[in-house]
Amino acid sequence: MSEPILTTKDLRKSYGDLEAVKGVSFSVLRGEIFSLLGPNGAGKTTTISMLSCLLSPSGGTAEIGGHDIISNSLDVRKIIGVVPQEIALYEELTARQNLHFWGSMYNMSGKALKARIDEVLTQVNLAERANDRVSTFSGGMKRRINIAVGLLHKPQLLFMDEPTVGIDPQSRRRILDMVKELRDQGMTVLYTTHYMEEAEELSDRVGIIDHGKLIALGTQAELTKVVGQQETLRLHLGEGHLAEDHLELFTAVQGVLSATALNGEMALSVTEAEEALPGVISKANAVALPIRSIDIEEPNLEAVFLHLTGRALRD
Amino acid sequence: MKKILTIGWKDLLLIFRDRGALILMLGAPFVLTIGLGLVSGAFSDTDNGTGLADIPVAIINQDEGELGAALVDVFNADGLADLLQPVAMGDVAEARRMVEDDEIAAAVIIPSGFTDSIIPQNATSEETGDVVAIDVYANPARPISASVVDGVVQDFVNRVETAVLAVNVSLSQLVTSGTLPMSELNQLPAIGQALSAQQIAAVQTDNQQLIEIRQDTATSDSSDFNPLAYFAPGMAITFLMYTVSLGGGRILQERDDRTLARLLVTPSSTTQIIGGKVLGIFFTAVAQVGVLVGASTLFFQLNWGDTLGVIMLILTVAIAATGWGMLLAAFARTPNQVMTYGSALMLTFGVLGGGFIDLPREGLLEWISRITPNAWALDGFVALGQGHTIADITTELLALLIMGALLFAIAITLFRRRTETILH
Repeated sequence: MSEPILTTKDLRKSYGDLEAVKGVSFSVLRGEIFSLLGPNGAGKTTTISMLSCLLSPSGGTAEIGGHDIISNSLDVRKIIGVVPQEIALYEELTARQNLHFWGSMYNMSGKALKARIDEVLTQVNLAERANDRVSTFSGGMKRRINIAVGLLHKPQLLFMDEPTVGIDPQSRRRILDMVKELRDQGMTVLYTTHYMEEAEELSDRVGIIDHGKLIALGTQAELTKVVGQQETLRLHLGEGHLAEDHLELFTAVQGVLSATALNGEMALSVTEAEEALPGVISKANAVALPIRSIDIEEPNLEAVFLHLTGRALRD
Repeated sequence: MKKILTIGWKDLLLIFRDRGALILMLGAPFVLTIGLGLVSGAFSDTDNGTGLADIPVAIINQDEGELGAALVDVFNADGLADLLQPVAMGDVAEARRMVEDDEIAAAVIIPSGFTDSIIPQNATSEETGDVVAIDVYANPARPISASVVDGVVQDFVNRVETAVLAVNVSLSQLVTSGTLPMSELNQLPAIGQALSAQQIAAVQTDNQQLIEIRQDTATSDSSDFNPLAYFAPGMAITFLMYTVSLGGGRILQERDDRTLARLLVTPSSTTQIIGGKVLGIFFTAVAQVGVLVGASTLFFQLNWGDTLGVIMLILTVAIAATGWGMLLAAFARTPNQVMTYGSALMLTFGVLGGGFIDLPREGLLEWISRITPNAWALDGFVALGQGHTIADITTELLALLIMGALLFAIAITLFRRRTETILH
């Protein structure tokens, strides 16, 4: 990892009064997996759409491989690959026909294209289904062909926009392993996700984005330092009890820094779990609030997000 | 250009893999043509192209010489006895009436002086220069039978011409070599006298045609005209508007499927992408009309006429219709809207352009009908079906080209303005 392949400065995008991206600045180094982590609607896809020359920025600049994304978009598009969040394939064509078509769009042809198609089909484990129509594929298989299209022309920088949304755990595992293989082969990947675990597993560096702003950037270790030694107590409440109704109750407990609710669970950010736990249980008993179980979590990106925004990542 | 062709070919492939679309593009116009043909009695025509026999033909021999008689003999030859049923007549007007009333397939009129014009007995050399025409008056309702009669006449004429030319060439060789002095030509009997110095020169330089066959098709009212020659192109062009709507809708469908966004992040220009989409619609339109023309030729033995004219008309009507498809896509916001507008346009243009019924296009209706590719193309196809050539339909071809160019210009301007908004 050395010089940056991508640099953005104060990148912005507005739709009328709605500011979707509010001045994002970051760099992606050659050979790394850089994740943009943030909840739905945070501005991840809009950022990628601008960087892939699909949308014109409302302000700011970005360079990829030394080419400005606005004034030199053709050269940018030659060196990037894009795996969109949605399956962007022709379902009535076979996998091979799809790859041949998209390869042609990247100026590939003849034997070189044919050989590369065979290569990527093997890479995504779909060589046996090459001549089947995409419409007959499962969601996970379509996702893999979707990725294969992005890899076809061996891009220097690959944008992967939430590539594991809506697929089964087995396909998800395959895709995550594939992304790591790509990094091992020297490809640079800009990966967006709202899954904290994926960002933790894959990323060399992570940028946390929320409401169109990049609120933290660094390696996982650097980011978790932000929350210090904070731990998270995750309380699973009894049936019929909403976490939202009891947040204020627990913020008053000694050692509890903040409290948030998500799907019936309560997440308490604490300085020391062992120290805060007796007070939390005592308070719950005092108001007859049933607690089914308690998880103690070490500092992670979820905690970082919670610390920075006061909200859980999946809010 | 390669990318434009690749996108166009891909779109053609996708549409032809859509069974529902195929039914409407190819099945519906074909079935409707059959239906309208049955209703109009087109299939009860005696001249349906199969099992040709006893073709009624009138022979009016006004020539007093040997060649006129020889042609009559050809029509009465034993070898053609099963195929032809010649009737000798003397009244040209009556023969023409019989053709127009569909009583006979054709009338062959051998003019007075025909033999003398070829083998002058007493004529001067100046007179022999006139080309004499045998008139074949054909029944448009029996195109195949009429073409058989025409073929018999053509064969006879070819034989006579070959014989005359052979003699002329021989004599010209004798004259040019000095073996036969020009002054002695007048001493030669019969055919030798036909050879003037001018004719020698003509024979030496080109294959001048000595005998002309004047092919004439009866001007028929609707009852004489094969209705399929009207309904088949009418239906093909009407459903062409469905096809181009489908093609236009695919542009917005690509947006919904996110493949348009993916195309736009490849190193391809907007012009290449839009050009490819346009070509896709054009390819599909040409394929649709081409298949329908081929199928109706094969199954209905329909004679579409001058091949070059038919090809050019298919190409130009496809261009004009593609323009309409692009315009629909440029105005609509969803693929469903394109199809809704397209279906309305298909029916409106079908009626205005005369695809369903032969509306009397006069006055305002005539002007309105001219905004439809249907009217221009149908006029062209009917003209070709009646025996006209590509030269006779240049107005229709030009009108369709201009229509296509104008609609492209408007649609592409609108598309360029909407490139970013079309993605959302």
